[in-house]
Amino acid sequence: MQTKYAENKSKKDKSHLIWGLVFGILFGFLLQKGGATKYDVIIGQLLLSDFTVLKIMLSAVLTGMIGIYLMKTLGWVELYPKSGSMGSNSIGGLIFGVGFAVLGYCPGTIAGAIGNGYLDALVGGLAGILIGTGIFAALYPRLKSGILKKGDFGKLTLPQLFKVNDWIVVVPVAVLIFLLLIWLEHVGL
Amino acid sequence: MELLTEMRWSPYAVGIGIGILSWFSFLISREPISCSTSFARISGAIERLFRGKKVELKPYYQEIKLVVDWQGMLVLGIVIGSLISALLSGDFHWQWVPSLWATTFGNSQVLRVIVALLGGVFLGFGARWAGGCTSGHGISGTLQLAVSSWISAICFFIGGILTTQLLFKVIG
Repeated sequence: MQTKYAENKSKKDKSHLIWGLVFGILFGFLLQKGGATKYDVIIGQLLLSDFTVLKIMLSAVLTGMIGIYLMKTLGWVELYPKSGSMGSNSIGGLIFGVGFAVLGYCPGTIAGAIGNGYLDALVGGLAGILIGTGIFAALYPRLKSGILKKGDFGKLTLPQLFKVNDWIVVVPVAVLIFLLLIWLEHVGL
Repeated sequence: MELLTEMRWSPYAVGIGIGILSWFSFLISREPISCSTSFARISGAIERLFRGKKVELKPYYQEIKLVVDWQGMLVLGIVIGSLISALLSGDFHWQWVPSLWATTFGNSQVLRVIVALLGGVFLGFGARWAGGCTSGHGISGTLQLAVSSWISAICFFIGGILTTQLLFKVIG
């Protein structure tokens, strides 16, 4: 028997999924308007000749961080930091970086690139990502309690690491990002 | 309305927009914006199509269930949102070889697709190893000041910058 609760829950799940789609459409729209769906813009960043990607990321982090920590202080939201370890984040990050450079898109921007009509992203990149994640899933049992756990620190945030109030970290990071952006404009990058 | 048909917006306007979007994704959906797990789910679902239900028993797919979730819809939305933006500004076009690639490595579609595929393998593998990508770690994680995300994001760019230099300055 379907209980009322189950019905409500599936309705909630459905609206949750629709919100995911809405956020995705807005995110994809913004990425395309920013030029981040383009190989030339992403590789331009990695060649250090076009700083569009960094400007987008840093202003997103600056805006997002202040708003989300404000809402956290007010008790409106909670944080969802990913757990991590040195073995996972540093080695995985470097492998990701190699792929980022060779492909010229990342998992989010490749979805945008596909929407933009870029066939190297659809035919080459997407297939590659699916193969790469499949290989990882196959190797996972052998990696998970070894290298992926080396230097494990769990779901840690910088304020927790330094054992200080959130804003002791938020304010200086915000100032640093702001100064970095001003400097980028100042030197004409 | 002219704003919507513009080809490019200031990167700061786009970044602030993404930042504000993240406020609402925390507030409404209780989810940070992230993408790469969905590709692992699609990969597992394709494998399940060929090899059957036993694929779900793999330890990795026990941790990330092979279902359509919020993030899967987000990734689908990105394709649609980018398409809408590109169509509105007349920036949509089918393209096999990006121009920056072509200036260094030529116009071969086959070469570009093979290299893109190879890059994708590293990207997908590395994203799962690091537990996130440029959006999940690079934006959503760093803005939460997560230690895992700052380490990952810095390594994404170190690996990316070094490899790009190798590709374009040494090989190219």
